[in-house]
Amino acid sequence: MEYLKAFIIGGLICAIGQILIDYTKLTAARILVMFVITGLILGGLGWYKPFIDWAGAGAVVPITGFGSALAKGVKQAIEQKGPLGILTGGITGTAAGISAAMFFGMIAAVLSKPGEK
Amino acid sequence: MNETAKSYDRMVKKASPGTKSGKTIPSAFCIGGLICLLGQALINIYEHYGAASEQAHIYTLLTLIFISSLLTGFGVYNNIAKYAGAGTLVPITGFANAIAAPAIEFKTEGFIIGIGTKMFAVAGPVIVYGISASILYGIVIYVFGLH
Repeated sequence: MEYLKAFIIGGLICAIGQILIDYTKLTAARILVMFVITGLILGGLGWYKPFIDWAGAGAVVPITGFGSALAKGVKQAIEQKGPLGILTGGITGTAAGISAAMFFGMIAAVLSKPGEK
Repeated sequence: MNETAKSYDRMVKKASPGTKSGKTIPSAFCIGGLICLLGQALINIYEHYGAASEQAHIYTLLTLIFISSLLTGFGVYNNIAKYAGAGTLVPITGFANAIAAPAIEFKTEGFIIGIGTKMFAVAGPVIVYGISASILYGIVIYVFGLH
């Protein structure tokens, strides 16, 4: 059941992205920014956490989850460090993902033949 | 004038190849859904081996990022992306691909200007506006005492 939910919810979020690609002139970067901001707003309103509890990977894996992690990071950091958390929370909350994507991306580039994608 | 603009629009619509949304949306749904299904399997595996729910989520995202970078390195991810569209863009694997693909493509321009700079061609705006929005959010919840 949780697999079905992850498949359908994750699929639907991707379908929304595809609708934006097909019917608007938005670039990939713009669509990703929109999804991240949407996730951040939903996370900030406290709606994304229950969504993750319900949909599992269907809510965690789409890039909207990245946005909600930004909001969560900021909230936690402010609780722990006060106003400094306003600045540190976003990167802290998403540090693992950003660092991993940068590091693996760099390794992939170093090891592949240039020109390949 | 308005009327001609409208009829011109109709002509353009007729002449341009029909939107393949009947194909693209289902394939984005299926492939995006499958990536999330894989994510769910990973979450369950990590939780089975004792990771707390939140940790399991992070390990899952890291695993997906690793797989995506690897497949991008082998040139496989972009081949899937041709059919999947948003199905491979919207999941976190798309973010990893957006970093790895230009890094690989622009390796010829060198390690600093090529790999180091170009890897943020797409991911850069996502990080810049994501972090900036999170700071605005932080100011709001701090000022209004909502944290």
